[in-house]
Amino acid sequence: MSVWIAIGATALGCYLVKLLGLSVPAGALEHPWAKRLAALLPVALLAALTAQQTFAEQTVLVLDARAAGLGAAALALVLRAPFLVVVAAAVLVTAGVRAMA
Amino acid sequence: MPQQRETSDTIDQPCIAPAQHGADASGSPQSGPSDRAVVRDALGVGIAVGLSGFAFGVTAAGAGISLAQTCALSLFVFTGASQFALVGALAAGGGPLTAAAGAFFLGIRNAFYGLRLSALLGLRPGVRFAAAHWVIDETTAVALAQHGRRAVRLGFTVTGATLFVLWNLTTLLGALGAEALGDTDAWGLDAAGPAVFLALLAPMLRSGAERATAGLAAVAGLGLLPVLPAGVPVLVAALAAPLVLLVHTRLLPGKRTAADGTAPEESTPEGTTPGGRGPDGPESGEAHETGNADDAARAEGTVRAREPRTAEETGTAKEDDR
Repeated sequence: MSVWIAIGATALGCYLVKLLGLSVPAGALEHPWAKRLAALLPVALLAALTAQQTFAEQTVLVLDARAAGLGAAALALVLRAPFLVVVAAAVLVTAGVRAMA
Repeated sequence: MPQQRETSDTIDQPCIAPAQHGADASGSPQSGPSDRAVVRDALGVGIAVGLSGFAFGVTAAGAGISLAQTCALSLFVFTGASQFALVGALAAGGGPLTAAAGAFFLGIRNAFYGLRLSALLGLRPGVRFAAAHWVIDETTAVALAQHGRRAVRLGFTVTGATLFVLWNLTTLLGALGAEALGDTDAWGLDAAGPAVFLALLAPMLRSGAERATAGLAAVAGLGLLPVLPAGVPVLVAALAAPLVLLVHTRLLPGKRTAADGTAPEESTPEGTTPGGRGPDGPESGEAHETGNADDAARAEGTVRAREPRTAEETGTAKEDDR
């Protein structure tokens, strides 16, 4: 049930924020600071999420096969591989390291 | 990037009007080929990104989210990063509203896309409610790269429709596939989520402010994990954004233009080196443009396949606007 609550809240919040953008008069949120914050916020969230989902198991910090997988993904990104290749690299390397262990 | 286009409607009018008339009369010699080009671009982005719904379906199933819940997320949330974030937070044991808060904060950028799109799309109120659901990174990237209201609407609609259909379809297939696989961790599929985040993040790390924010947030996100309830560390880590912004604007006034993203865009050599921006690497220069359109074009990495073209079009559009 709590998962459905989370889904409902996310769906509602994300829809309303999209609608808000389309509906407010032009220029209302054009302050450079607001725009800059809107650009930086995803950077902070994505970085924190990447780190947590790579180096943590629940609330414990761990170093496991995922770190190798993300290393492969990072390498793929540096080589400018397409999105799906980046994700596939992470998955394959993680699986490979686990299989060897 | 096309910041000037949206901030002042009047700039757009002269170039939109003729395009519209040509389209309305349906006799414009240009509307056929240019429509095809718009559709081709839109389909390219829609298909490439739409396929990554597989990754979401698999990740959600691996996180213990039911098939119905996984599909509901793709249908009703329909903004990838938020979906991945919610699923990850729930899997880590976060409370429903804490998890939703993290996902919501990631979705806030869509409001800024809407701001840019609303003037260009010129939607009636009724249509706006439907269109809002499709205001995401990819539709914005494609729409902003078009010239003239007809092309903007076409790009937005085709990208949105393609992406919506494929994203939901591949979500379903991914979730079903993951159920068939059994232990998704053994297949390394728990690495798909963070890899997606990394792929979304990498093209955003264009200047020192972005990199400082990312570093600070990553350290905070990990460091606070053992001491705060699940889901909360991510929200606290998000404070890295205003913090870094504050430091940049207050303490480094000399770098202010860069930090504000208000650096004079005319000075960037977009127009002269159309292909030179290359696929989104932070090393590809022009690091200081921070228009959300730019993020839109780069975020959700798949867009990179067509990006040189986008950059070219955008550069051209900008010059025409003037």
